[in-house]
Amino acid sequence: MSVGIRTKLAVCLAKFSSQMIQRTKLGRGTTLPGRIAEMLAPKLLQELSGMVREKVIVTMGTNGKTTTNNLLCQTLEAEGKKVICNRLGANMKNGIISAFVLAARKDGRLDADYACIEVDELAAATVVPLLAPDCIVLTNIFRDQLDRYGEIDIICRKIKEAVQTLPKAMLVINSDDIFSYALACECGNPVVLYGIKENEFHDMASEGFPDSLFCRFCGERLSYDFFHYGHLGSWHCFHCGAKRPSPVFTASDIWFDGEGCSFSLDGQLFTAQTKAYYSIYNILSAYTALYAAEAEAFAFEETVRNFDYGNKREEKFFINGAHVQLYLAKNPVGFQQKLVMLRRDSSPKDIIIQINDNAQDGKDVSWLWDVDFSAFAKLHAVTVLTAGLRRYDMQLRLKYEDIPCETIDDIEIAVEELTEKGTKNLYVISNYSGLYEMNQMLKRMQKKGEAPL
Amino acid sequence: MKLTIGHIYPDLLNLYGDRGNIQCLRKRLEWRGIEAEVFPFCFGDLIDFRKLDIVMLGGGSDREQEIAAGNLRAIRQEVHEFVEDGGVLLAVCGGYQLLGEYYRTSGKIIEGMGILDIYTEWKPERIVQNVILQSPLFSTEVVGFVNHGGRTYIGDYMPFGTVKFGLGNTEHSRQEGLVYKNVIATYLHGPLLPKNPVVCDYLIEKAMQRKYGSNVILKLLPDTEEQRAQKYMME
Repeated sequence: MSVGIRTKLAVCLAKFSSQMIQRTKLGRGTTLPGRIAEMLAPKLLQELSGMVREKVIVTMGTNGKTTTNNLLCQTLEAEGKKVICNRLGANMKNGIISAFVLAARKDGRLDADYACIEVDELAAATVVPLLAPDCIVLTNIFRDQLDRYGEIDIICRKIKEAVQTLPKAMLVINSDDIFSYALACECGNPVVLYGIKENEFHDMASEGFPDSLFCRFCGERLSYDFFHYGHLGSWHCFHCGAKRPSPVFTASDIWFDGEGCSFSLDGQLFTAQTKAYYSIYNILSAYTALYAAEAEAFAFEETVRNFDYGNKREEKFFINGAHVQLYLAKNPVGFQQKLVMLRRDSSPKDIIIQINDNAQDGKDVSWLWDVDFSAFAKLHAVTVLTAGLRRYDMQLRLKYEDIPCETIDDIEIAVEELTEKGTKNLYVISNYSGLYEMNQMLKRMQKKGEAPL
Repeated sequence: MKLTIGHIYPDLLNLYGDRGNIQCLRKRLEWRGIEAEVFPFCFGDLIDFRKLDIVMLGGGSDREQEIAAGNLRAIRQEVHEFVEDGGVLLAVCGGYQLLGEYYRTSGKIIEGMGILDIYTEWKPERIVQNVILQSPLFSTEVVGFVNHGGRTYIGDYMPFGTVKFGLGNTEHSRQEGLVYKNVIATYLHGPLLPKNPVVCDYLIEKAMQRKYGSNVILKLLPDTEEQRAQKYMME
């Protein structure tokens, strides 16, 4: 196939703009190049995606997209494949086009074996048909920022619209999630299922309020043999007989210790440096996707073992002799799971919670009231501070759990003080828009401490 | 002293942190030394309205609302008696719509409880925004966040407030929600009560007076955090 002049020009200009953005430090250069390229060549994404030699894999779902997508990408790279990936999580149309054009050569050709692309649910209907993936991974469907996405049924409809344009695409679906499974049934695509064996998670994993306990097929109340967390678990409906389907791939013997976890999957033992329950689901979905895409995955175990589950965002820092852990919490189920992780650390701690209401976060912060904070008192928190544009809302939320906390304007000063005089065990929880800057700030503070006198 | 709060179908009608309204009622009672007992009534549970002082009916997605509506119609007589007897009822969004005669959605008509002579019709453009109201019940403004496709026609009922910012029951009406006896029905999430402690205290006071006599006056509580959160929304 010959490459049109428009495509060549679009690729060149996009590359140039990305370099300029990075050089001038105006941003990460992950979105604007895509916008420029698309203006010049409207069919660019379709064209470039069609040049991928083996498979195109798309990952969607409320939580765990970036982790799943990066696990896929790293495994395939370790197998010696060339992979296009929107690694930094720029998952709207322009970010996805950017990932392709920046990977293309100057002559407009793409040299790639695979494309692993995470797609925001809102962009799904426009982007997924253009990408024409061979395989679509659906991580899970939870209640998200409602003002941005609308009701959970609207999210389901958007994903469904996208999937129905590609009746042959293989779906990778979580058996434990009735939302995903019902959606897959409605689409009628071929499906490969994964899930977690019963009673693997105990203690506080299932705290919080589940999204829906009603059958997606007939509307009657569902019964559960057990919950993993949120509405994920072994569900069945006495009324219409629908029930959790048997997964092809099941994780079992899950064990958490101080630094990470281990589990068995497909007759193999895995270890991973993550303390989060939901990471196991991400690993499972990536493994299942590799199977569905018929890709070689000998490197998977090693990738899982060495993988950074914080995705360069939720990192650990060492500042002024104190441990600082940064976590993302952008929706109720995500926040809930972070609280579970904090509770597993039984030592005294300080906590800073930053809540913004920028466009990416959603303008409405009522979701904070969908998080169950009733166990917050058991976290052994000494100092609790709230920050960000909606710091007063966060403070108000905690007030109604009788948890005393202060609001702060300057996070850097607060981190400085808490790492010097606090418990030396600081957790910083942030929603989406403030996460990157927070990470950069903590990095800077850590570096300052390392500088020779 | 003690108030009993019934949360109707928290498993279905629980959008936008409406649970926060329950938490707010509970805490503002406890902070005043009044005992608060909360009964979450799940879908299918039997509800004895005679034992309840405050009832909260939240919002759900159209789909969940339809599931809830069937059961609610079966108990319409009990709800009707509770309301006519001066029982305190807070209905938010979907709960508000279900108090009416019907809700016409894109494809079908969901029959409501018919407690109030109002009706709701769906339009494809959703009303999604922050809202500021001036309510005749309060000297201060009421703030909240709305996200709904329904337009509610309230006839001659007294509105909960006049819209100062944002849209109300319909895009053309300056009125938001309604007040009938001790019922407040509104589209405002936020959640409504922690964002607007005056509304919470109004409901508590009405319930206390119904139970313990009209001379009950509530102790004032310090509301610095509430005011600051409200101020941010106003700006």
